[in-house]
Amino acid sequence: MVSVRSDGYLPGTVTKSVKILVVGSFGVGKTTLIGAVSEISPLRTEEIVTQVSEGVDDLAGVDDKRTTTVAMDFGRITLDDTLALYLFGTPGQRRFWDLWEGLAEGAAGVLVLVDTRPGRLEASFEVFDQLEIGTELPFVVAVNHFPDTVPHSADELRTALDLLPDTPVLDCDARDRGSALAALTTLVQYAVDTSATGPADAPQHLPVSQEMVS
Amino acid sequence: MTPPDDRSREYRDSALRPYVLTKGRARPSRNTISVDTLLIATDPAPPLPISAGRQERALLAMCRGLLSLVEVAARLELPVSVVRVLASDLVDSGHLTARAGSPRSAQLPRELLQEVLNGLRAL
Repeated sequence: MVSVRSDGYLPGTVTKSVKILVVGSFGVGKTTLIGAVSEISPLRTEEIVTQVSEGVDDLAGVDDKRTTTVAMDFGRITLDDTLALYLFGTPGQRRFWDLWEGLAEGAAGVLVLVDTRPGRLEASFEVFDQLEIGTELPFVVAVNHFPDTVPHSADELRTALDLLPDTPVLDCDARDRGSALAALTTLVQYAVDTSATGPADAPQHLPVSQEMVS
Repeated sequence: MTPPDDRSREYRDSALRPYVLTKGRARPSRNTISVDTLLIATDPAPPLPISAGRQERALLAMCRGLLSLVEVAARLELPVSVVRVLASDLVDSGHLTARAGSPRSAQLPRELLQEVLNGLRAL
């Protein structure tokens, strides 16, 4: 394990970084989970995004695009002498999708944190819309267990969230380091399992050429 | 237990609009710098031009050690997109050195994912 410098700087030997997105609705425990595993106190930063205004007071002829700032929390784990992992907590709502796209590019995968207590699951639906429409990133679903969470089977959740049969679904306690690390490990294992085995593999979505059709 | 998404640490607002800090530019001079690109001041660093602003100087001072772009932005309390523009300039002028962040490919190389997995398991 790599020791963390007291001034928060990375060891000078680190040459690579990888990012994982932790997404979910407000209050689902993203920042708690990042704080449980991060070697630095979770930091907050902001990004400027352009968004279409959602208000009802649209004025005809007035540009309805405006910029807004979105806060995102992140943490860091130095995995070995040369590799740092960054965890980004981003809200999943539709209005934050601009932010999402920039972050998702080149990410190892997405940990989707959901709250299955009554009336809370619906807030996750937009997250899954975005995962299916906007990216091809591998993702796993972690149910954050609150004291009053009623257990559901993974199959029940797959049905409720309309997930593919092989999408991993697991329970976690976002406050617990071991539990949060287990969720991240499941995600990266899934990313390894579903990644192309090497350059010799045929590229996915190969366009069908004329010769092959005839 | 505090709420997971604690909104109390409000972001400090600045009287200067972001485009003032970036001299009107919204985009960086190079598109290879992402949130997790690692930055460090070039050693020895050429002196900054006298026209360099307070933010450029603060950014360069912050990068005396290795940090990602997003960490620099958080520590300087500036928006990520602003720091990206400023950092790009300082890389262009040779004051900052950038080490590759996440590849811009759709999917990461399997070997890199495996290294992440090994690292997580060893924690």
